[in-house]
Amino acid sequence: MRRLVNRHPGRGGALVLGALPFLLLVCVYLFASHLRAVANADDKLLPTPSVLASTIHSYAFEEDSRSGSVLFWQDTRASLERLFIALGLSAAIGLVFGVVIGVIPLVRSTLAPFVAALSMIPPLAILPILFIVLGLGEVAKIALMVIGVMPVIIRDLALRAGELPSEQLIKAQTLGASTWQLIVRVALPQIWPRLIDSLRLTLGSAWLFLIAAEAIASTEGLGYRIFLVRRYLAMDVILPYVVWITLLAFATDWLLKWIRSRACPWAEMAH
Amino acid sequence: MARVTARGLWKTYGAHVVLENVNLEVDDHEFVTIVGASGCGKTTFLKMLLGIETPSRGKLLIDGQPFVPEPNADRGIVFQRYSLFPHLTVLQNVLLGLEFERSHILGRLFGVSRRNAMANANRLLESIGLGSARDKYPAQLSGGVQQRLSIAQSVIRRPKLLLLDEPFGALDPGITLDLHKLILELWAANEMTIFMITHDVRESFQLGTRLLVFDKVRVDPQAPEAYGARITYDLRLKQKKRAGRFSAPAQEVSTQESESQQSKTA
Repeated sequence: MRRLVNRHPGRGGALVLGALPFLLLVCVYLFASHLRAVANADDKLLPTPSVLASTIHSYAFEEDSRSGSVLFWQDTRASLERLFIALGLSAAIGLVFGVVIGVIPLVRSTLAPFVAALSMIPPLAILPILFIVLGLGEVAKIALMVIGVMPVIIRDLALRAGELPSEQLIKAQTLGASTWQLIVRVALPQIWPRLIDSLRLTLGSAWLFLIAAEAIASTEGLGYRIFLVRRYLAMDVILPYVVWITLLAFATDWLLKWIRSRACPWAEMAH
Repeated sequence: MARVTARGLWKTYGAHVVLENVNLEVDDHEFVTIVGASGCGKTTFLKMLLGIETPSRGKLLIDGQPFVPEPNADRGIVFQRYSLFPHLTVLQNVLLGLEFERSHILGRLFGVSRRNAMANANRLLESIGLGSARDKYPAQLSGGVQQRLSIAQSVIRRPKLLLLDEPFGALDPGITLDLHKLILELWAANEMTIFMITHDVRESFQLGTRLLVFDKVRVDPQAPEAYGARITYDLRLKQKKRAGRFSAPAQEVSTQESESQQSKTA
């Protein structure tokens, strides 16, 4: 019998083992919701699969009687639009500032302490300011996400750019590189994979800020819907929405990982 | 083309004296090898030649002019590690120097100029036996091949001065012999002066036309940092061989050749 630390699952084994906790969770839910349904047929807390299915059907495949649109997809589109605009903006700004702070000492001395302080502001604490200054529209919600995510990306990328071996920067200069050429050909391309990692790591907080903003002031969106139906204890809506948000976040994460392996094959080799 | 002159050169960090009164006159196209114990200022001296350290006192001149105090294309460098760009393929690593030279805004070449530069880079890669590896990334190469590539990358812009900081320190002896051959070939083919730091005394005798030993002449056991290192031995090696192989007319011819080559590719 080999020691436990030396026993590795095969490909199929790993799949089964990975699925196990999920299956366990589903079983526990089904069991608990069955118990509650037996005790009270109108239980709202843990809706049975049939109730969940009919709610999902009415939200995802039927038009809402008041607005005439299919709520589930309308919410999904609204939320994803906000999320991707905010992530795109954060990535673009973060990349520019991160690389420049990391590579140019004068800019680092000027901006690094400022960005460090900026990143310590709790974004939710300034949400009222954003709503007051920018109004209750899309801009304020996107601004909240950008303010929450961007400083983290800037700091992460600046650190990574600063970690580029000085040998490389010196070598590039002996090949005749100007500061600009150094940035576009040496620093930026090596920062790309880190930017993608950074986005993956901040995805969670981006969703957090999105849902917070939608909960407070919105007329559509996944977070808005969850907080709207909360008043009616509509767990049959909340639970599918939460699962759906998780799936979307998971898919985005997987997509970013895939892009990284495609765009930067060299980064996978280094390890 | 590079004569290097050091006159009364000192390097100090506060009270810590690293180099004291270094005097040196190195002719064009010499191959200078530098040995010495650790902490004897060899690397500091090389850094001053590279332009990332400045002398505290004294003069350091290249062809009679003071050194530009930052690295530039006059000086090539090969470090022991990290000299290659991990995100570029072998070919792109070599191409990069040409792209920096000819494309100031994008740092990339397109069309005819790209094809010319590629041909240039490919020729260099073929000549050092890396033609078949041109599409690999540095992480896919062994340590010896990485250093081979790093040396090639450093000479593509034809520096006047090639600086080698223990380039073979981390390699197997068998591989090192191959690289010795390569570096001597490149030295013969290009008009450059080489400075190489090494820990291997045999290597320093085999490769160099001139051998410098850095050592501390005075040591104060109470204050080990009070005195710096000097050049304690300055040996001229292989005088005849060098004079025979690189007589003046031959040099002129090869200069013209390289110039006409450059004008063709430009």
